[in-house]
Amino acid sequence: MTASELSSILLMQGFSGLSLFSVLLLMALGLAIIFGQMGVVNLAHGEFMALGAYVVYLCSTVVHDKFPAFAPYYFVVAIVIAFGVCALMGLLVEWSLIRFLYKRPLDTLLATWGLSLVMQQAFRSIFGAREVTPTLPEWLMGSIKPTGNIDIPINGLFVMGLTLVLTAGVWLFMFKSRRGLQMRATVQNRVMSDAVGINTRMVDRFTFALGCGIAGVAGAAFTTIGSTGPDSGSRYIVDTFLVVVFGGTASLMGTVASAFGIAQGQSISEFFLQGTMGKVVVLLAIVIILMIRPQGLFASKVRQ
Amino acid sequence: MTAAGFLSSSQPLFAANPPTSEVNTTGLAVTDDTVTVGQLHSATGTMAISETGSIQAEQLAIEQINAMGGVLGRKIKIIVEDGASDWPTFAEKAKKLLVNDKVASVFGCWTSASRKAVLPVFEKENGMLYYPTFYEGLEQSKNVIYTGQEATQQILAGLDWIAKEKKAKTFYLIGSDYIWPRTSNKIARKHIENVLKGTVVGEEYYALGHTQFGSLINKIKLKKPDVIYAIVVGGSNVSFYKQMKAAGITSDKWTLLTISVTEDEVLGIGGENLVGFYSAMKYFQSLENPNNQAFVKAFKAKYGAKSVIGDVTQAAYLGPWLWKLAVEKAGSFDIDKIAAASPGIEFKDAPEEYVKIHPNHHLWSKLRIGKWGADGQAKVLYESGLIEPDPFPKGYQ
Repeated sequence: MTASELSSILLMQGFSGLSLFSVLLLMALGLAIIFGQMGVVNLAHGEFMALGAYVVYLCSTVVHDKFPAFAPYYFVVAIVIAFGVCALMGLLVEWSLIRFLYKRPLDTLLATWGLSLVMQQAFRSIFGAREVTPTLPEWLMGSIKPTGNIDIPINGLFVMGLTLVLTAGVWLFMFKSRRGLQMRATVQNRVMSDAVGINTRMVDRFTFALGCGIAGVAGAAFTTIGSTGPDSGSRYIVDTFLVVVFGGTASLMGTVASAFGIAQGQSISEFFLQGTMGKVVVLLAIVIILMIRPQGLFASKVRQ
Repeated sequence: MTAAGFLSSSQPLFAANPPTSEVNTTGLAVTDDTVTVGQLHSATGTMAISETGSIQAEQLAIEQINAMGGVLGRKIKIIVEDGASDWPTFAEKAKKLLVNDKVASVFGCWTSASRKAVLPVFEKENGMLYYPTFYEGLEQSKNVIYTGQEATQQILAGLDWIAKEKKAKTFYLIGSDYIWPRTSNKIARKHIENVLKGTVVGEEYYALGHTQFGSLINKIKLKKPDVIYAIVVGGSNVSFYKQMKAAGITSDKWTLLTISVTEDEVLGIGGENLVGFYSAMKYFQSLENPNNQAFVKAFKAKYGAKSVIGDVTQAAYLGPWLWKLAVEKAGSFDIDKIAAASPGIEFKDAPEEYVKIHPNHHLWSKLRIGKWGADGQAKVLYESGLIEPDPFPKGYQ
């Protein structure tokens, strides 16, 4: 083992930590918006991710059957479609279910859990019980080799880039746009926002749809890493909530910091310990930190 | 009815069909022209992915047996129950099949957890279970016929082959975190250290459903094992092999041997992510013998040209046939008589070529090494002789 080999492995290890960070952040972003801005605990968030992944799978099937010439490029378009489909589905869910439950936060928990079961069974009935993977364009699956020893996976870079763009977009939207201002105002004081003429009902609907759409993008991006099955959503949801709760529920910054902390913790402990033990150590650390700081890393100053 | 009429209708039937009172002494669901069996797999839930193939293969076998005239002249009827990937449900449904439906045998279960859940029911109610999955061993029951391989049949010969063929000395053991991978790796480690005189440079487990293998892959690169020995299952498999490929761990520089990837899993992983890696199984769809060619043809005719057949699917197909042979040998549907008649039964039409039931209720079977191609099919490179099943291997526990 030469020094250059060791340093390249350390470099790749750093990359895998960052790659896990972007996956966790991407998962949590949509939920952070819905949970943080609306106080709705959306237990169907994982299923929205699975929906996004299934949309990519459908696109892949259609493109490879009907328009093979388009195959190298479809993936980017598929992500946009996944966003659209999930956001629309989010609108529908908000309109038909969530809006009746804003005053009963515990009931949203039950209702969205029910929704997640319905969606899982729908996936199973439509796509079958087997896990599916879209056929991904060649350019996405290789790796970059800056030197002989280093392999940087392109799909990891892609997810990282997508996370960066999406997080920046959400931040700009929330803090620089008029609609974002209305969203933040509604969170801080709903009655007053109503009084000054903000249509808070519309804001709610929009926020929920945005969160679901982002979940769809996350799901679409994960098809580059793993496969999708009817119960994929329930696998994602635990990590997702972990990130959001650990970060402090109403803070975008907190979500970013928490995703970073968990990802680095997990990736480093997995490297020095063994698989499952790494995860145990991280979970233990989170439990201890949350006991000391129940409000999460970053607590926002919201009027109760 | 005239005497002539009586003779023409029942006399030939009588010759083929022994009377029910003679073949059914214990109150099973057997009539003069039918016999009812149960099928107990997960058609829903996480395990449905894996168990669908077994369900299909068993139904195909039963259909073929019925087309040949059934068992002791009786057509087989199936009662299908869904274990729903939930172990208590398996136990409940097993009890229902045995106590209420009085089925003459049950084809079912897939995970060890479901088998462990139904085992006490089968022993108490005296039923007969044909269990298809390769598994960790350390079990033997009068009421179960294990048609898959126990651990030593799958692991030892495979390791011997790879050590000889690749001059391998160092091994990295990886598994999903539950009983089968852990027990299998324990056996593998003993064999590597005590028999092959090699070293295990790493052994670790990841939770079922784990999708991020970056740290693991870096550790593999750091330790540079001669062989990566992987027992990753379920959805994790797809992430594992995709990330390995993206990180440059491909067959041109690395050797990987797995006992958890069959044609079924390759469907999800994608053949292009596995090219040149090896699986140790007793059956591959590509086997070139007449039994298998007929089996593959019949399977595809029934379930579509795109369907694939993995190791467990084939083992599940053996179940109904072995039961038929046992009933015919015993001349009775009685569970005790079948259990006693089973050892020594040979099935020469098996797609895997030939199997024989051992007194310990497992099968003598071969071990084959397949090398995966981009089309998702394996090329068989090596075939052992028939290996004696040994569910309680000495020196490996």
